[in-house]
Amino acid sequence: MNDSGLAAVPGAADHFVSTAPFDPTSAARLTPEQERFYLASQWMLMWWKFKRHRVAVVSAIILLFMYASTLVTEVLVPYNLHTRHTDFIYAPPQSVHWIHEGRLTGPFVYELKKSLNMETLRRDYTEDTTKPYPVRFFCNGDPYQFWGMIDMSLHVTCPEEGATLFLLGTDRLGRDVLSRIFYGARISLTIGLLGIAVSFALGLVIGGIAGYFGGWADLLIQRVIEVIRSFPELPLWMALSAVLPVTWSPILIYFGITGILAMLEWTGLARAVRSKLLALREEDYCTAARLMGARPKRIIGRHLLPGFMSHLIASATLSIPGMILGETALSFLGIGLRPPITSWGVLLNEAQNINVVALYPWLMLPVVPVIVVILAFNFFGDGLRDAADPYR
Amino acid sequence: MMLRYVVNRLLLMIPTMIAISIIVFVIIQLPPGNYLESYIAELQAQGESVDPQKIAFLREYYGLDKPLLQQYLHWVGGMLRGDFGYSFEFNLPVTKVIGDRMLLTIIVSGVTILFTWAVAFPIGIYSATHLYSWGDYGLSLLGFLGIAIPNFMLALVMMYLANVYFGTSIGGLMGPEFIGKPWSWAKTQSVLEHAWIPVIVIGTHSTAGMIRRLRANLLDELQKQYVVTARAKGLSPRKVLFKYPLRMALNFFISEIGSILPHIISGTEITAVVLSLPTAGPMLLNALKSQDMYLAGSFLMFLALMIVVGVLVSDLALVALDPRIRLQGGVAR
Repeated sequence: MNDSGLAAVPGAADHFVSTAPFDPTSAARLTPEQERFYLASQWMLMWWKFKRHRVAVVSAIILLFMYASTLVTEVLVPYNLHTRHTDFIYAPPQSVHWIHEGRLTGPFVYELKKSLNMETLRRDYTEDTTKPYPVRFFCNGDPYQFWGMIDMSLHVTCPEEGATLFLLGTDRLGRDVLSRIFYGARISLTIGLLGIAVSFALGLVIGGIAGYFGGWADLLIQRVIEVIRSFPELPLWMALSAVLPVTWSPILIYFGITGILAMLEWTGLARAVRSKLLALREEDYCTAARLMGARPKRIIGRHLLPGFMSHLIASATLSIPGMILGETALSFLGIGLRPPITSWGVLLNEAQNINVVALYPWLMLPVVPVIVVILAFNFFGDGLRDAADPYR
Repeated sequence: MMLRYVVNRLLLMIPTMIAISIIVFVIIQLPPGNYLESYIAELQAQGESVDPQKIAFLREYYGLDKPLLQQYLHWVGGMLRGDFGYSFEFNLPVTKVIGDRMLLTIIVSGVTILFTWAVAFPIGIYSATHLYSWGDYGLSLLGFLGIAIPNFMLALVMMYLANVYFGTSIGGLMGPEFIGKPWSWAKTQSVLEHAWIPVIVIGTHSTAGMIRRLRANLLDELQKQYVVTARAKGLSPRKVLFKYPLRMALNFFISEIGSILPHIISGTEITAVVLSLPTAGPMLLNALKSQDMYLAGSFLMFLALMIVVGVLVSDLALVALDPRIRLQGGVAR
């Protein structure tokens, strides 16, 4: 080395040498925002992207409120689920007034006067406008057991003594439709969540087996899915729920129906899991893990699942509406949930024929929350799906 | 090549149908006890005498004394010979009870698919070409509403409106004078006159989904390089759209049959119950409610068969229409 022709030149060099201390990251220096972006976790990125989807955020908030309301239903509504008002059968929605005889008196209702129309044999209700009955807030009304434990009678609103407060009318037993819609939310909303939880687990396990192991397991599972899919959903649901034993208690029926809904919904999720696994297991990082001796359980759970969990959650969200609609349809047909369990479908069961549409249209109102929830879940799921791929 | 594919595809149907028949048979067997016993008990409770000969006939007919496997083979064998069992409620062979209803179910489903195409096609194209315009948003919202409104409710309201504004005799699928009559031109006309309500009601749901998927597909297609090339070479936007991307969309329509057919049939059932159409729906519901399981089983079997055949037809049509499938040689998996 030292005997080579070239002599080492101490000190000065021919070319320019910067005297600044060496900084290896100088080329890749990031602005604070970029740094925040690149260092953020996957879920953080999803959250940022989701926030930009305004409709989805609004939908999420609506759903949150609806689910929260099921926790305190008893307090929110003016009447109990089964309170009957035999004097007010098929009463139309009452309107809340503000001005009585030219003076602002705050929210109040008039008393309902019933008369039997002898020609049509219908009950006609008219407002008796002589005396205003103010609507009370945070007052004592129908007694109930809060969460089945604490005896309470507090309601957010209730009618004045001697008056009624049927904001959405009453049904054939004189029960307040508004209160029943709120109570119905408990069943209708939870059946979707419970059902998706079951089918999510099924889809994950079965799809995971099919996708990771492939071979004959995959073939068999694919065939099974194909067979289940070639049934029309609703008739099969109908058949299965019709054979639930009559002797079962309503709560057992509730779980039975949830199970039936979940039994047929997992196929879509299983397919998604399978196709994702098939694609991802060929990736280099998966091969690396396998070469290092990781077991299938660890590879699936640790390396593959996190890669598409977000997609799965999004598509699971998108299949909740189908379940809610399915339960509603079954109960509407009278082979789903049975009273006294009250869901929106059970409520709509009252509105089965054209007479109701013509005479008591307010009995169809439980369809409004159904539509709102389905729309909200669809928009929410769409937002999630877009956000699920934050790198795009 | 084509022939081999068809044969393969047909052979593949056999295990599927066997599996379906097993599931249906399990459902038939699910209710505790058998229908015959509860039927006898019911008759005795009503004080009617039970004809022992008839009981013996039914027991013989279904082989109710034999083990399950034999019952199953007996049932499947009967179906293969066109014998779908015996309806306890109607006291008639199932084929007599359901024949006409099945035909009408097929007609209504078929017309609904055509309706879905006719509506989804222009709207999907409009949405994809006028991306993020007011029209796109409005139509998308309409589509979402179509998904969200339960079709039995829509059926009720439509029935009411049709009665008030058009005076169509509500319910049913034909004028009362044609019921039970053989098919004629006048009867066909009457059916078409009555069919539009159920078709629209059932169609809304599947149309909405179809529009969304068509829009997404067409958007993917429009971003491809050949479209960019065509545009860069100065082809008119109309021609760029119609020459290739639209053809792709047409294939998509056929491949979609498989996924919308179950929905359409589901929709037909529940809508038929509300509108009391003489299709499979109301009778299936009744059969299920009175646990006339052989009748219900035949309905289920038939509806499943309809879907399997529908998917088969769409697969075959797709192979005939889409050259890429043949080129890939993707015959059997």
